Amino acid sequence: MSLEPSGPGHKQAAPGAAVPPFEVLVTQHGPAVLRLCRAMVGVLDADDVWQETFMAALRAYPSSGNVRNFQAWLVTIARNKAVDHHRKAGRLPLLSDSSMEFGAGAAPFRPVPGSCGSDDVQGGGDGVVRAVEAGETAGLVWAALAKLPPTQRGAVVYHHLAGLNYADVSALLGNSEAAARRAAADGMKALRTLLVPSEGMEHDG
Amino acid sequence: MDEHELPAELAPVVAADAEALNRLGAAFRKRASSEGLVDVAYRVIDSPVGRLLLAATEAGLVRVAFASEGHDAVLESLAATISPRVLADPARLDAAAKELEEYFDRRRRHFDLALDFRLAHGFRREVLSHLQEIGYGRTASYAAVAALTSSPRAVRAVGTACARNPLPLVVPCHRVVRSDGGQGAYLGGMEAKSLLLALEVA
Repeated sequence: MSLEPSGPGHKQAAPGAAVPPFEVLVTQHGPAVLRLCRAMVGVLDADDVWQETFMAALRAYPSSGNVRNFQAWLVTIARNKAVDHHRKAGRLPLLSDSSMEFGAGAAPFRPVPGSCGSDDVQGGGDGVVRAVEAGETAGLVWAALAKLPPTQRGAVVYHHLAGLNYADVSALLGNSEAAARRAAADGMKALRTLLVPSEGMEHDG
Repeated sequence: MDEHELPAELAPVVAADAEALNRLGAAFRKRASSEGLVDVAYRVIDSPVGRLLLAATEAGLVRVAFASEGHDAVLESLAATISPRVLADPARLDAAAKELEEYFDRRRRHFDLALDFRLAHGFRREVLSHLQEIGYGRTASYAAVAALTSSPRAVRAVGTACARNPLPLVVPCHRVVRSDGGQGAYLGGMEAKSLLLALEVA
């Protein structure tokens, strides 16, 4: 598997451009990569994929110094690690290249309501309740995301959760920037419907 | 990377991240270090002379930096000159942090740490080696230090070497003062130099 990103969204660094301390990548992009991992493999397995992503990135660093957009580079590695993870587990990937469509029968996504706060007991009773509630709400969102068609899900996750611009999103999805933008908008619209199914609200946004 | 607006619907999956990220970050640093992938490990400690950045390579302590130097800038410089595999890894700096704490508590007069002098070259490195001969609680003039070197008249160069000492405190450039009795400049600031000289005399 190549760690080198390719596609229109990745530009070469100017000669002599400084490569930042790896710590900067971890603190700046760690949160987005974790959201992406959770969207791709579920909350339980996301930790392993996050670790594998940053270990692979660190091993390749700084030979990857010609990468200008480190966030897109990390997202590409994370996506590949998630595909590896699903392959190892004998499942199909949630988010993948356009050539690897997500099988309708597979169910690799396993949202775990409450798991985010279940081991957080030091905050006292209120803290635990809040954490569990937050976890349950998060679980609902993960579950709703899992119901989106792959391209819409990919566009929403790569753009809104991983923070990539649409040029980089389209490179990962194998479509055009306009299509990626449209898929993200459609995905968010579908997500709103899924999250408030009982209220017959107008969707004019 | 431009900032993305986060749709309100997605806020719940972003909110619960901090605890998980701390745990993941700690495990990642430990694993990266054990696999020998961290070329420069660092931590930041509090001290009577302000926040201090401590950075080490496999060879030893390579950099001590005052807050006034800008810790982010120092880390970028370490990434550029040594290796960009720079990670916060406090455990690798345990010994240095402990010895500095003892020094500020007046429980330690000599540092017993492996030092990596790769950031000082030529005459500057020669000056640093002589600074370590100035004992605790004593001072020497820039001219006296120059006299110990291969260029006895290079008084100004001694001043430059002190001002660019990559390992202040541990390599005691604060013990070098002006011949006229003046304290002289210090990269940690005049106040820090006074504090250190007073601490060692007490």
